[in-house]
Amino acid sequence: MARIIAFREALREAMSEEMRRDDRVFLMGEEVAEYNGAYKVSQGMLDEFGAKRVIDTPISELGFTAVAVGAAQKGLRPIVEFMTWNFAVLALDQILNTASKMLAMSGGQVSCPIVFRGPNGSAGQLGAQHSTAFESYYANIPGLKVVSPSNGYDAKGLMKQAIRFEEDPIMFMESEVMYGDKSEVPDDEYYIPIGLADVKKQGRDVTIVSWNKMMKVAMGAATELEKEGISAEVIDLRSIRPLDWMTVLESVKKTNRLVIVEEQWPMCGVSSELAYRIQKEGFDYLDAPVRRITAADAPLHYAPNLVAAALPDVPRTVTLVKDVMYAKK
Amino acid sequence: MYWYELMQLIRQFEIMAEEKYKMEGKIRGFFHAYVGQEAIAAGCMTATRPEDAFITAYRDHGLALAKGVTANSCMAELYGKATGCAKGKGGSMHFFGKDVNFWGGHGIVGAQIGTGAGLAFAEKYKGTDNVSLTFFGDGAARQGMVNEVFNIAMTWKLPVIFICENNNYAMGTSVERTSNVVDIYKMADAFEMPADSIDGMSCEAVHEGMARAVKRAREGGGPTLIEIKTYRYKGHSISDPQKYRTKEEVETYKQRDPIHMVLKTILDNNFATQEEIDAINKRIDAIVDESVRFAEESPWPSDDEVLKDVYVDQNYPFIVD
Repeated sequence: MARIIAFREALREAMSEEMRRDDRVFLMGEEVAEYNGAYKVSQGMLDEFGAKRVIDTPISELGFTAVAVGAAQKGLRPIVEFMTWNFAVLALDQILNTASKMLAMSGGQVSCPIVFRGPNGSAGQLGAQHSTAFESYYANIPGLKVVSPSNGYDAKGLMKQAIRFEEDPIMFMESEVMYGDKSEVPDDEYYIPIGLADVKKQGRDVTIVSWNKMMKVAMGAATELEKEGISAEVIDLRSIRPLDWMTVLESVKKTNRLVIVEEQWPMCGVSSELAYRIQKEGFDYLDAPVRRITAADAPLHYAPNLVAAALPDVPRTVTLVKDVMYAKK
Repeated sequence: MYWYELMQLIRQFEIMAEEKYKMEGKIRGFFHAYVGQEAIAAGCMTATRPEDAFITAYRDHGLALAKGVTANSCMAELYGKATGCAKGKGGSMHFFGKDVNFWGGHGIVGAQIGTGAGLAFAEKYKGTDNVSLTFFGDGAARQGMVNEVFNIAMTWKLPVIFICENNNYAMGTSVERTSNVVDIYKMADAFEMPADSIDGMSCEAVHEGMARAVKRAREGGGPTLIEIKTYRYKGHSISDPQKYRTKEEVETYKQRDPIHMVLKTILDNNFATQEEIDAINKRIDAIVDESVRFAEESPWPSDDEVLKDVYVDQNYPFIVD
């Protein structure tokens, strides 16, 4: 049997199932307990698990992240919710200089099994300071893994994997505007390994790669292109580090064209790395330059038309695909 | 006697390591000596149990040796050898001994204050009565981390003892020049946290102050801030010309040297004879000499260690262009 549930419920099921399995797992963050979560991801969890394991913190990202990192090193398995990844930059020192490096600095003695999670990227007219997408920042850091799912089914399976089986720090990126999205999940327990992309739609003519909420743009563009007789293959990366470039390469060998849709800024983005990898490993298969559509190279402004102009959308993705197809517009 | 032997081990180790650094160039990187501050390690050791965690900043040689990381593996770490306490991957600032509850050796000023509170969080969560001794310097007392973690630790009553080793200088900037508040223990007042100020040149004073704080933490009373007024005889690091203080100031503190004070107590009270003291000194010299031989004869880490200990996941697909 399967059920239709919201993205936030999928995350909640993942955390709750793993907390029932393992007493060492606990959830910590701002407003996760008595308020039931700023975005209601942790709704009801305080009632089930109590205040020892669902813990409200003061607004002290650096401080509570450090406490969680120390707890992970000493044998617990914390889940840390950031109200948004925009606030996690205050804790970057702990993630970069302690969580990611201590295994190496200690010669393999001190590991840090911890999951950091929260919404990432833009979510409407929130202004510049609440709208940054952070995948490439953390993906640059050896020692971390970066997961950025696009739907509730993947989110649940990847989150369960992160909590139960991963012994390294996991950055788990969600989206405020996806928490209400519905998806079908099985009643039976399942796990999804981290580091595998998912081919969401088969196609012949061009490969479109994206992740997180930009998958909607990628899939929307593929639908529009289909109407015009262009068959796009669409790949959801699901994790950014490790980056499953081999699945992309296999697709490009078939389609000979690659377009990447990314919510981040253009400089040193995920698309930069992916484009490098594909030109190196798949140079002879490419019939056109690898192209991308990213957020505008500017902080995200407030006005609705400026938001729309700055972020990737279906019409511009369609146009870009036609460019690499050398098709008439 | 334990205090004397441990402090001598730390001091002689540091003197030897500094010689190997300066005279022979066999040790590289940043190097921060603990000379002058040994009584802190000694007093903290007798006030705690092996199950209690120690975590500190980059001036970490003394506390690592105190906790029981061997002189051999410490010297080998300074040399960057595979037999070092962090397999040659840490260096002077990043000694580790998880098996003896020494949790490092941290290089970002103040960062370990939060990590140390996290070690305490884990003990409380697991229901043990172990405590975490979290060391930092007077420089770190000015970091934002202090405010956040003192607040969290006091709110959650974590079994952590925050130990500020106030050696008067944040690198070259004196305590008076970094804050209006020169008595660092008073910073606990803002969180209604118990606090104490202790003479760091006296093993007895450190032991007694620590014992009170450890007892409170074990019994669920939460954290304590202890400011230990100490003094480092050496510069901030090995490359520090020390133009910010006078030779006379350093000499004044050396008059109250903790090792000499303990030795005087031992001899005045006939706790040991001079012959027994000589035997300890000889034993320490042998341990330190052996650590040098061990380090010099140990192999370098193999080159393929570059991509090891980065992930616990043994199948991580590293990018290798």
